[in-house]
Amino acid sequence: MTARDLIPIAVLTILAALLPLVVTSSTVLNFLVFTLIVSLGAQGWNILGGFGGQFSFGHAAFFGTGAYVTAILQLRYGVNAWAGLALATAAGALVGWVIGFLSFRSGLRGSYFALVTLAFAEVFRILANAASFTGGAAGLLIKLDVRPANLQFDDRAVFYWLVLAFVAATLLLTRWIQRSRFGAQLVAVRENEDAAKALGVDSLKVKLRAIALSGGVTALSGCLYAQYFLYIDANIAYGSWISVELLLAPIIGGVGTVFGPVVGALTLHGLGEVAKQFAGRIPGIDLIVFGGVLVLAVAFARGGILGLLERLRDRGRGMVARGTKEVSHAGR
Amino acid sequence: MLAVDGVSKRFGGLMAVDSATLSLEPGGIIGLIGPNGAGKTTLFSMISGFIAPTDGRIRFEGTDITAEEPHRRAERGIGRTFQIVQPFAGLTVCENIAVGAYLRHAKRADAIAKAREVARRVGLGPELDRPAGGLTVAGRKRLELARALATEPKLLLLDEVLAGLNPSEIRDIIPVIRGIRDEGVTILMIEHVMQAVMNLCERVYVLAQGRMIAEGPPAAVCADARVIEAYLGHGAAARLKAEGAAHG
Repeated sequence: MTARDLIPIAVLTILAALLPLVVTSSTVLNFLVFTLIVSLGAQGWNILGGFGGQFSFGHAAFFGTGAYVTAILQLRYGVNAWAGLALATAAGALVGWVIGFLSFRSGLRGSYFALVTLAFAEVFRILANAASFTGGAAGLLIKLDVRPANLQFDDRAVFYWLVLAFVAATLLLTRWIQRSRFGAQLVAVRENEDAAKALGVDSLKVKLRAIALSGGVTALSGCLYAQYFLYIDANIAYGSWISVELLLAPIIGGVGTVFGPVVGALTLHGLGEVAKQFAGRIPGIDLIVFGGVLVLAVAFARGGILGLLERLRDRGRGMVARGTKEVSHAGR
Repeated sequence: MLAVDGVSKRFGGLMAVDSATLSLEPGGIIGLIGPNGAGKTTLFSMISGFIAPTDGRIRFEGTDITAEEPHRRAERGIGRTFQIVQPFAGLTVCENIAVGAYLRHAKRADAIAKAREVARRVGLGPELDRPAGGLTVAGRKRLELARALATEPKLLLLDEVLAGLNPSEIRDIIPVIRGIRDEGVTILMIEHVMQAVMNLCERVYVLAQGRMIAEGPPAAVCADARVIEAYLGHGAAARLKAEGAAHG
């Protein structure tokens, strides 16, 4: 990775880190923390779906696993919250690897893979809803004990910075993927699996690595969600709402790009909040906005917002180039 | 170097390849010809690991590789191109070739350098930063060749790299293939362009209806009555001979 690869990430992280010094409204901070948690999970989806071309419709399986593992470890086994965070991430990676092993080994691709992931997430949801170990339908309440050692802070800004640090770390991870052999092989598998195999790419291994990374990152976001709201139940942690959120953000922002998930999550939730401000009395207005944005993105911006910006920039450059040509012609 | 021993492939009721045997020594360009549907591409797919044979063994440099995955065979040094070109359409030419180069070069800078070098060799130098999806047919064929070459193979399987090219494009690419051979890569090529086969190949195998029917220098093989009949139908060899005698 070169300085040019890292500077945009560093600049955006620093700017975002300065926000709480200017904005102190807890509503805004709440919004930012939630949006960042979503964008973190979406980044996990993007590693597998964007770079690997394996569209999962059930990333709730990982999000929920992260949330439940940390909650159960703390409540039932008295494990420290920070250790819980690490173990939850590892558990997500493991669940990812197992789901990947089961589905990729039998050659599932495209919509079949999407359906299998959806099925896994639903099975987890139903199990978590039924078992007393996971608190059943009543869910789990992480004990309120505001101490940094417990990953609970009295200042929302601190939690915001923590989530931001994880987002920045996964941006770096994604950039590394983009610039590494693993990333090149992953993209090759997305574009054409047979051609990749002929070039010596072990496509099963590459996909398993991607889904493990993806599951780990998304589980981390689920864990942070549980830690921030201190309450989860099966319909929150394993609900299809989060699966949809996590794939919508990268698709809107720019699938297979480093910043796509963050841009997408901010756009979606930003618009959702604005809609709620203006038409808060209509229930589900933010979801209607999500749907509208998705339709617009699919119809007019196939590469998402970032793809659209790139096209506009190229067009701009083309016009500038043509302009200078005309000028030089005129000069002659 | 490569020994294909009595390999068969049955697709349901169709015997696509029937007990084919072929053996290659290191070095040189060997042709694999035969009428459409003879099973040439199926045989290639078995050598490169994409199709498992129903019967028979394949050995590469003395090791039995019959059950190995395609990527393992690529690691061993078997490179292949696809008859129907398979570019990574969303990537640039350079990125396409780099995927191949990454097999032997783990570092990005090394892989990219290797990709650029290979691209120049096959005449894709000026196209390096273009999206592969925007290449012409000739460009895509060159890209197939470049990607396979970037894996630094010992044995290169070329599946109709000349098909769909016009005569001047063929003239351009023939020296490239010769150059690859001169660097010590053994080449096995499926080809329908007979002029190129005569020009390039030292030895030719002929496959017809799944069976290996002839083998030898191109000129001798083309005069073989069984080969003529395989292409032109039963009795064609005798008719040609009779016509030749009448004109002579």
